[in-house]
Amino acid sequence: MKLVINGEEAISKDGINVSELLIEQDVKMPEMVSVELNGSIVRREAFDATNLKEGDKVEFLYFMGGGSVAE
Amino acid sequence: MLNEEQIERYSRHIILENVGGAGQQKLLDSSVLIIGAGGLGAPAGLYLAAAGVGTIGVVDADTVDLTNLQRQIIHHTDDVGKEKVHSAEAKMRAINPDITVQTHNLRIMADNVRDIIREYDFVIDGTDNFAAKFLVNDACYFEKVPFSHAGILRFDGQLITVLPGETTCYRCIFGAPPPADAVPSCSQAGVLGVLAGVIGSLQATEAIKYLLQMGELLTNTLLTYNALTMTFRKVHLRRNPNCLLCGQSPQITELRDEEQGVICDIKDCKC
Repeated sequence: MKLVINGEEAISKDGINVSELLIEQDVKMPEMVSVELNGSIVRREAFDATNLKEGDKVEFLYFMGGGSVAE
Repeated sequence: MLNEEQIERYSRHIILENVGGAGQQKLLDSSVLIIGAGGLGAPAGLYLAAAGVGTIGVVDADTVDLTNLQRQIIHHTDDVGKEKVHSAEAKMRAINPDITVQTHNLRIMADNVRDIIREYDFVIDGTDNFAAKFLVNDACYFEKVPFSHAGILRFDGQLITVLPGETTCYRCIFGAPPPADAVPSCSQAGVLGVLAGVIGSLQATEAIKYLLQMGELLTNTLLTYNALTMTFRKVHLRRNPNCLLCGQSPQITELRDEEQGVICDIKDCKC
């Protein structure tokens, strides 16, 4: 099925859930990612139970530190 | 009233139709707090000083290190070893003696941050770790002070403006700091110096827009930037009804110090 991930069209297995999508899309550190699905943040605990469908818009939002990165 | 020298100094602002003499006076009467005089805070501090934001607070507990100079352009080579707040104050006052700089040579904690931020009209989060970023978010929520959040890593940066209680907050998006062992260590990370200049300057832009009530703020929108592909993207967000801070059933009702999210494995590393 077709999804839009971070603004770009992507092909994914039909009906997979958010956890599976993170693996499929080779997200290296899923703990560092928040997932927005069609405009709403998906709770981390709900990743497994949230199945995706054709045309869904997914955003992977990454934790980023800042100014002097780490101290 | 602007004096003659001010009219000349700020002439390129004053001729802007959205600013004018009244807008410039408003900037001079405004205050912004910059938390962290590092990569993000450096350009933000310099531009806000140049713009004539009348009162600028700077919070930082560190001293200038040689490894900072690759991106923290408010600090110069001669400043290595000096307290960052005083190094920053000197440059801001050198650019514009019109302004007052208030230095806070301390680390923000749950028991001191609210007293500091409530004195300011707008806050720029230029902190460098997740615990501090959540603390700034929560404190600004409780004090209802708008702020600009930003983060940078390697070749990527992002920012969002938060009007507490009205628009998406940092916790709406990220919930809580990531587990410490998930965060890339300093030795693996790094950051392109100029990236801090781009993102910190955007934060300063948001501060000025907020103070002058002009344009569209970056609220409910995370702006992401990748330097390698030179791509900016706006990710539209809504307030999260499950947000622990500003959601429908808040769990966080007072400030607390989060676990430090980033643990560095190299002594004295300031990458």
